[in-house]
Amino acid sequence: MSTSLPATGPEAAAQLDEPTREALAELLLAMADDEFVIGFWDSEWTGIAPLLEEDVAFSSLAQDEIGHAQVLYQLLAELRDADPDRIAFGRGAQEYRHARLLDHPRTDWAFSIARRFLYDTADAVRLDLLAASSYAPLAGVVAKMRREETYHLLHATAWVERLAGGGEEPRRRLQDALERLWPDALCVLAPLEGDRRLVEAGVLAEPLADGEQRWLTGLAPLLERLGLPFPFRRAGARLEPAVERPASPRGDHSASFEWLWGEFTSVYRSDPEAAW
Amino acid sequence: MSGQAVLGERAVWEALAEVPDPEIPTLSVVELGMVRRVEVGDGRVRVELLPTFVGCPALEVIRRTVAERLERLAPVVEVDATFAEPWTSDRITPEGRRKLRESGFAPPAPRTTGEQPLFATIPVRPAAACPYCGSPDTTMENAFGPTLCRSIFWCNACRQPFEQFKTV
Repeated sequence: MSTSLPATGPEAAAQLDEPTREALAELLLAMADDEFVIGFWDSEWTGIAPLLEEDVAFSSLAQDEIGHAQVLYQLLAELRDADPDRIAFGRGAQEYRHARLLDHPRTDWAFSIARRFLYDTADAVRLDLLAASSYAPLAGVVAKMRREETYHLLHATAWVERLAGGGEEPRRRLQDALERLWPDALCVLAPLEGDRRLVEAGVLAEPLADGEQRWLTGLAPLLERLGLPFPFRRAGARLEPAVERPASPRGDHSASFEWLWGEFTSVYRSDPEAAW
Repeated sequence: MSGQAVLGERAVWEALAEVPDPEIPTLSVVELGMVRRVEVGDGRVRVELLPTFVGCPALEVIRRTVAERLERLAPVVEVDATFAEPWTSDRITPEGRRKLRESGFAPPAPRTTGEQPLFATIPVRPAAACPYCGSPDTTMENAFGPTLCRSIFWCNACRQPFEQFKTV
């Protein structure tokens, strides 16, 4: 997996103090696992999407996301002096640190679209917080990822509009999916143990909690215009959730994820020492 | 040229101009704007490549092909890929754009510059002009295509599908 990747930042990694390095590792693992897992869920639509165009789109989205994960695992491996393949494939299912939003199976089309929309918009905020990162290797990768994500955002937004205005059943399915997913969507920008440390070190522009507010403020006009679920109350300038974020935003993974993990690690687990 | 001739940067660029992109082989890696830097010194050559897409599966093939081509020029060859600056589709040369059109691809639109809005999407208008008949009356059928770097369009004038190299 790591063979074709740019040499990114062993020198930069060596210059970080230990608490910052730990905090950065936690953030990179969360981001990489998010991209990796959504990529594998996306790939499940290959061949069975409702339109041929969407077979192509979801396969391409999957390839983008797994490619992003690959580079993020590489950055993490340089930080920890570890093997990126082992990080990507060599952990038990409950050791993954993706957000609970990505624990759900692909379910129906509206559900997959709703999840992509919530994830893509939250991820856009996270990338924005890293665009001017003091950790140069990450800033470089993020600059590249953000440009690719403009296509993901176009796709997700167009489909949300299409399903919302697409008659009774598509609209109902989209609404149900959003209602079901909102609590878990709040896991993507949930605070990490070290995110304040990362702000102090200039790695992250502001704490994830502030990013979450920008995300919600940015989404409100579209969802309100389309009359779609947006379970938040205005409290001054802040938006307070009317739903509860799970206690363990990046752990306690579902049986569905354990099944997916079994699939995507099966080749690696068949011979962990093999040189591919 | 004698065996003792000092290898120049120009010879390296000329050699690189012979290395095709494996996914769109009419274009060289130079026309694609992938070559960031060439360093030549004392029997060694070092080249920095900018990956076009983060997950591009062709990168390793390109790197190997570049290395093999340059090994004919120098005993020590180093080919590194880097994200130190982002490759953008604006790096495709005018010659590269002409070749794209000739192969049935619309070249990427110029990128909008300045601060990227939070939920930035690519602009859908104006749509890419048809590489076959030149008509601007086209429709984006799919933001995604057969490889990471392409979108699919339909020309309403000459009624043909075509692809555009993504604007990134």
